[in-house]
Amino acid sequence: MSDRSTRDTTPAGRPHPQADLGDAAGRVSLHARRSPLAAPAVQVAAVGSVDLTGAAHAGDFGAALAASGWTRLGPTPLEFFQINLGKLCNMTCRHCHVDAGPDRTDAVMDRGTAEACLRALDRTQAHTVDLTGGAPELNPSFRFLVDGAVARGKHVIDRCNLTVLLTPSLTDLPEFFASRGVEVVCSLPHVRSRSTDAQRGNGTFEKSIRALRALNERGYGQGDPRRRLTLVTNPVGAFLPGDQSAMEREWKDALAREHGVRFDRLIALTNMPIARFLEWLEGSGNLQEYMELLVNSFNPAAVAGLMCRNSISVSWDGRLFDCDFNQMLELAAEGDHGGPLHIRDFDLEQWQNRRIVTGRHCFGCTAGAGSSCGGATVESP
Amino acid sequence: MADYYKAEHLAKFASVADGNAELAQKFFSYYGAVFADGALSAREKALIALAVAHAVQCPYCIDAYSQESLKNGADLEQMTEALHVAVAIRGGASLVHGMQMLEHVKKSSM
Repeated sequence: MSDRSTRDTTPAGRPHPQADLGDAAGRVSLHARRSPLAAPAVQVAAVGSVDLTGAAHAGDFGAALAASGWTRLGPTPLEFFQINLGKLCNMTCRHCHVDAGPDRTDAVMDRGTAEACLRALDRTQAHTVDLTGGAPELNPSFRFLVDGAVARGKHVIDRCNLTVLLTPSLTDLPEFFASRGVEVVCSLPHVRSRSTDAQRGNGTFEKSIRALRALNERGYGQGDPRRRLTLVTNPVGAFLPGDQSAMEREWKDALAREHGVRFDRLIALTNMPIARFLEWLEGSGNLQEYMELLVNSFNPAAVAGLMCRNSISVSWDGRLFDCDFNQMLELAAEGDHGGPLHIRDFDLEQWQNRRIVTGRHCFGCTAGAGSSCGGATVESP
Repeated sequence: MADYYKAEHLAKFASVADGNAELAQKFFSYYGAVFADGALSAREKALIALAVAHAVQCPYCIDAYSQESLKNGADLEQMTEALHVAVAIRGGASLVHGMQMLEHVKKSSM
């Protein structure tokens, strides 16, 4: 980190106050570092080995479900068709559950798989196509998938890290989104620069504001349902998100007042003990306490709205999962005949009859007000 | 008592009801109502509580409201400013008593 003194400076030239908290921009993926934690099985084992005998339901998600009257966690009608276009990303955020980064050229969806996704989509009544990654916009098939989904009358969500919109070859994306009514769901962990940069790398906040302004200029964030701008916040550390609606009010005021930026809604996601957030939990000595927090915050009312029930999650190589978290842990969806499923063989009836695969990480989606790709799943307690 | 201020006391706070359930219930119900989102946001109330926690030097409250402040969207800069409000009022409270000293000195001295 010999170049820290030059890199960690604000435009005004004074040392960035974040310098001591680490610089996500200088990090690389677990995969590139050949960290043992890059292996999903090692992640599952690390979370599984936390002693939770004193916590609610002894940290057993199945027991927590059973105690809440759920003998079988089954799917509801498929609504959200989520495609993960790969792990390639222009950023290397410290909390990333995908272990994405600029070095992840090993995991990028090809055109054949993208075409298979659209063919499978035609066999469903899903109303929304949710494109995620990595940075999905970096995939050569990204616009093909957006146009394919729009042509089929689907609502399209782009899960955007904001900074990718400043990539010189991608600056037309706001216009591309606006002309197709794509909802842009953007990561902005905090309304203030310090915390945002701590998680996502120095300079991220300022770049994010520039990208938000570009979206505002194309009509996003002004209440138009065809130009919906959603912000996603997730805690910058080992705690649960606060009340989503209260934070939305404060964020709207703060971003308008301090940066002249508008957005339509804020959703709050809980950090999952997976990949680089798991690495941070272990390294900072927070894993035990964080798992206790997730388990002891189990909210039975959050089970019904779990996203695994009404979604499908397709990986870059076409495998099927109950959700993006199971995908990263390689906990494959199980059809009624068992065994892994692939998008090229997609069968809706089989999908609707599957048993949802759960594990200890699932406590992340049932803690407090619940957490999903759409934010909280229950009214705040 | 072998020692004071054990971290696990915070998690067991509810058992203070063992001595008087009715008073505990009244206190906790009042407490919950105080911190609900109202004319002040939950974040603002958490920051006030954090400042007061430092003024009354309660380690349990400092832990609890550091966490609550973060959870409700405050960051280190905001929390540090809240801390300095407590420090300023504590320091100012001492300093303003200097007026009494000053008056005494002026009255008693030539």
